[in-house]
Amino acid sequence: MHAAAAPLSCQPPKSSFPHWRKSQPRKCSQKAHHASITARFELKPPPYPLNALEPHMSRQTLEYHWGRHHRSYVENLNRQVTGTELDGMPLEDVIVASYNKGDLLPAFNNAAQIWNHDFFWQSMKPDGGGQPSGDLLKLIERDFGSYGSFLTNFKSAAATQFGSGWAWLVYKANKLDVGNAVNPYPSEDDNKLVVVKSPNAVNPLVWDYSPLLTVDVWEHAYFIDYQNQRANYVSIFMEKLVSWEVVSSRLEMAKARAEERAREDERKRREEEEEEFGDPEMAEMYLDNETDESEFE
Amino acid sequence: MALRSLLSKRTLGLGFGQVRGLVTFSLPDLPYDYSALEPAISGEIMQLHHQKHHQTYVTNYNKALEQLDDAMAKGDAPTVVKLQSAIKFNGGGHINHSIFWKNLIPIHEGGGEPPKSSLGWAIDMHFGSFEALLQKMNAEGAALQGSGWVWLGLDKELKRLVVETTANQDPLVTKGASLVPLLGIDVWEHAYYLQYKNVRPDYLNNIWKVINWKYASELYEKESP
Repeated sequence: MHAAAAPLSCQPPKSSFPHWRKSQPRKCSQKAHHASITARFELKPPPYPLNALEPHMSRQTLEYHWGRHHRSYVENLNRQVTGTELDGMPLEDVIVASYNKGDLLPAFNNAAQIWNHDFFWQSMKPDGGGQPSGDLLKLIERDFGSYGSFLTNFKSAAATQFGSGWAWLVYKANKLDVGNAVNPYPSEDDNKLVVVKSPNAVNPLVWDYSPLLTVDVWEHAYFIDYQNQRANYVSIFMEKLVSWEVVSSRLEMAKARAEERAREDERKRREEEEEEFGDPEMAEMYLDNETDESEFE
Repeated sequence: MALRSLLSKRTLGLGFGQVRGLVTFSLPDLPYDYSALEPAISGEIMQLHHQKHHQTYVTNYNKALEQLDDAMAKGDAPTVVKLQSAIKFNGGGHINHSIFWKNLIPIHEGGGEPPKSSLGWAIDMHFGSFEALLQKMNAEGAALQGSGWVWLGLDKELKRLVVETTANQDPLVTKGASLVPLLGIDVWEHAYYLQYKNVRPDYLNNIWKVINWKYASELYEKESP
C-alpha cells in the first residue's frame, strides 16, 4: 500500500491551476474537522503506487481520480448518512437500499461510486493485460464463443455507454424471484458471464449480479491521458492494465456465493415441502375432499 | 493556437450540405478564436471541444442518418428502431454544441453583460433577479449527475422562462415540445476538465463572464409570441 504515502492529504498536485489555491485552505480545514467525526467509510488507496500504471494511466490521472473524485464521494457519503437509517450499514447494503428500486435516494451516487472506484482500482495492476486463463477463459469461451468476441462485446458496451458510466463483465446467477419461475432442473450451466453497461453511478449489484471486471468510462477517467479517445483508452485498459488474476478470484467467489445460495434455496424448498406434507390441516382437507367426492358418486 | 486563424468564414447556424439526396451536417465554425474566451475557458479546451468532440458528433450523426436512410429504403424496421439511440445522442450532441458556441462571446465583445431588453425583464419576473437565475443554474448544473446540460429555455405555450437540465446529449426539446433553448451550458467533464478538473462549480461560476446575453435576448424576442 505505497499509495497511502501519496502527497495528497493537504496539498495539491504539482501542476497548479489558479483554483487550487482558492480551494486549498477549505480542503485542509475540512480534513481537520473530519478528524473529530468517526469516518464510517474509508478512502481506500489503490493496491499500487499512483505512478505504477504509467504510461497507460498517468500519475496525474490517479492523483485527481483517486485523490479528488474518489475522495469526495467518501467525504460526501459520510456526511450524508450521519443520523440516517443508512448509518452503520455495510456499503453494499447502502447501495441497494438507496438504489430504492430505481427511484434513487441522495446517498446512492456517492455510495455506489465509492464501491465502483474501489472495484476499478483493484481490477488493474502494473504490467497487466494479456489473456485470461483457467476456468475464467473456459467460461468466456462458452458464453461468448471466444476471447475475441468477448473483447468486442466489452469494448462496444464501453463505447456505447452514451455519457458517463461503466462497462462490466459480470457473473449472472440470479433467478427471477417469482414462484412459478422455478427451474425444475437447475444446473451450473444456468449461470452465465454477461457484459453490461451502466449509467453514472449505477452498478450491477442493484440487479443482483456478481461483478467481475469494470472499466470506468466517465470522462474524468481518461480525459487527461486520452482526451476524447475513449475507444483507445478502453483498448489499452484491456491490453495493458487488467488484472486477470483478480478477475479469476472474483469468479471463484461469485461461483461459491451462487452455490451457497442454491443450497440455501434448496434447503428452504425442502422445508416448505415437509411443512406441506406434515401439516395435519392439509390431511384433513384431503379427507374432506374424499368425502365430497364420495357424496357425488 | 495556429489553427484557429483559419477561421475566415464566420458562419453561424447548423451547417449542412447534400450528398445523393441525403442531407448531411457539417461542423459550424466558431464565431471567435479558440483562445478568445480565456481565462474563463482555455484555448486548449475550446479547440478539443470543437474540433474533436463536436466533430465526432457530426460524423456519427451523418453515419447514423445514412444507415437510417438505407434501412428505410429496405423496409428494415428493426434497424430503423435500433438506430434511434445513436441518432438521439449524436444529433443531440450536434444541436446542443451548435447552440453552445453561440451562447459564448469574448469579454471585450460583451461577454457577461446582463440582458437589458425584454429578456432582462422576463428574468426578473420569473426568477426574482438576474443573480437569482445564475444561482439557480449553478446549483442545478452542479447537482447534475454524470454528463449533461443545464438550460435556460422559453416555454412557448406557457409563455414563461424555465430552467431545466437534460442528461447526456438530450436536447432541451426532449423535456417538452414547446421548449426553446435560449442558453445551454455544457456540464460534461470534457467542457472543463483540462482546466477545472473535478471542481465543476468553479467552471460554472466563471462561464458567466463569457455568456452572450445579447444572442439569448434576440432569440427570446424572436421566439416570444
